[in-house]
Amino acid sequence: MTLAHLPALVVVVPLLAAPLVVLVRRAAAAWAIATAACAFSFAAAILLSAEVAAHGPMSYHLGNWPPPWGIEYRVDALSAFVLVLVSGIGTASALYAWRSAAAELSRDQLYLYYVMHCLCVAGLLGMTVTGDAFNLFVFMEIASLSSYVLIALGRDRRALLAAYQYLILGTIGATFYVIGVGLLYLATGTLNIADLAERLPQTASTRAVLAALAFITVGVSLKLALFPLHFWLPNAYAYAPSAVTALLAATATKVSVYVLLRFYFGVFGLRLVTETLPMAEILLVLSLIAIVTASLVALWQENLKRLFAYSSVAQIGYITLGVSMASPDGLTAAVVHLFNHGITKGALFLLLGGVALRAGGATMGSVQGLGRRMPLTSLAIVIAGLSLIGVPGTAGFVSKWYLVLGAIEAGRWWLAGFVVATSLIAVAYVWRFVEAAYLSEPGPATPGRGEAPAAMLAPALALAAACVFFGLQTSWTVGSARRAAELLLGGVP
Amino acid sequence: MSAFGHYSYWITVLLMVAGLYIVIARGNLIKKLVGLSIFQTSVYLLYIAPGKLIGGTAPIIADGFRLYTNPLPHVLILTAIVVGVATLALGLAIAVRIREAYGSIEEDEILAADRDSEGGA
Repeated sequence: MTLAHLPALVVVVPLLAAPLVVLVRRAAAAWAIATAACAFSFAAAILLSAEVAAHGPMSYHLGNWPPPWGIEYRVDALSAFVLVLVSGIGTASALYAWRSAAAELSRDQLYLYYVMHCLCVAGLLGMTVTGDAFNLFVFMEIASLSSYVLIALGRDRRALLAAYQYLILGTIGATFYVIGVGLLYLATGTLNIADLAERLPQTASTRAVLAALAFITVGVSLKLALFPLHFWLPNAYAYAPSAVTALLAATATKVSVYVLLRFYFGVFGLRLVTETLPMAEILLVLSLIAIVTASLVALWQENLKRLFAYSSVAQIGYITLGVSMASPDGLTAAVVHLFNHGITKGALFLLLGGVALRAGGATMGSVQGLGRRMPLTSLAIVIAGLSLIGVPGTAGFVSKWYLVLGAIEAGRWWLAGFVVATSLIAVAYVWRFVEAAYLSEPGPATPGRGEAPAAMLAPALALAAACVFFGLQTSWTVGSARRAAELLLGGVP
Repeated sequence: MSAFGHYSYWITVLLMVAGLYIVIARGNLIKKLVGLSIFQTSVYLLYIAPGKLIGGTAPIIADGFRLYTNPLPHVLILTAIVVGVATLALGLAIAVRIREAYGSIEEDEILAADRDSEGGA
């Protein structure tokens, strides 16, 4: 009985937690409510994931209005997988904020921080679960508006400018998306994603549909920071509070990738996307440029948060590279990397937040000799870094492995070589950290001996452990991604 | 159908391009937000104009009402207007905070101030 309502509850609980937090105002109570709401969503997402794996997709009709008219929430292999990632990272970030946000924000702002955290998580979960194209826009704006506020809460004044630039570009992206949806609505008369997919082949106005495809591609690409639309990302990640960087880096861009997958394969269909327009080729070229240039720029960064922000742009390139292959292995790689990169970057930014708290900033100077001063944190950063490179035994290896398989399957040996070769650039920027932390003497900026507070260290170490766990135990991640890829390509779910 | 038969589309396109141009070409943070608002407004028109049928009424099931206007686009745009207002309010609020922190709302001056403080640090 309750299980049938979970698709709605997973979104509604954090959404309702937000006004509740405004009412209670006290920081400790606000934190408890926000964390409990996120934890509830996490538990619900795991239950939904198990249910979908056992009994197939679930459909929830809001207000009991049947789908083409009412709004439908739909949980299938792909959305359940993304739900688990978003709610899991949301919970880890909320736990982490107990000490981290308290240290970085003023006391009277704290409860508002948790309001925005709840709204952001609710928006991202809503984008994932909804089966209605316009409802998706509303959730996208809920998530975006709250993330602009979260970024603007950063202590550095440059956080304000970063939030402003993200607001301008994010709004342009969302408006492009809604123009695309409007054109689809004009061509078909429906907003339900499944209904759209059925009616699109029958529509006569192909040009409107192609324009819709172009608008949605550009709009969503802005949101997911595909090269060359990534300029808002490095500053936004570098100057946001630590808990926010981890939340956004691990979830916001990933949910946008999910939206792209939904529209490419669930609405427009493989034929329209790859044959009528050269979308696969465009996506392939942009991904390759993103991987090379963003990795090279990352090499020269002194601020570690900026370094890993550029690395995010590169890693998103690997995800869209998998999408551009449009084959079972390519899509499996894209979906599994979406998850693996989410937990890897989540772990890295949470750990860097600990360094920043103790040293007053996470720069190359402040991590010199960190291996001796904060041994656990340094070790965990190295483990997450190995996962970023894709070393066997870590989560990152699994996704790179399927990416290489997909390239070989398509007969593109050069692409397989490219994936391996560009991983070497990741080796170089992770090595810079290793060199500073383990092979240098502690400098004046290095913090004294001692780890970050346990409330911050625990969620960070849990995510770093997850990088290793999902590198060795791949049946759930790869199985879910495989089912999602089959679903997207129109096979049996 | 002549090129000006659906003149509302021309207005939509004009507003869309003009708004986007202002966002890109202007360095003043407030003017950028004005451009963003114009850009969003064009989308309201894109949705609403095709929803109107000349001579159509509200969808009432009764004798004498034959031609209906689809009410859904209006409802959708009511939501989009709320989103647009929230975005503009937040954008202006951030612009106020930027003015407090930098003493300017001109993008080039703000970027120059950041470069100076980085060079000094």
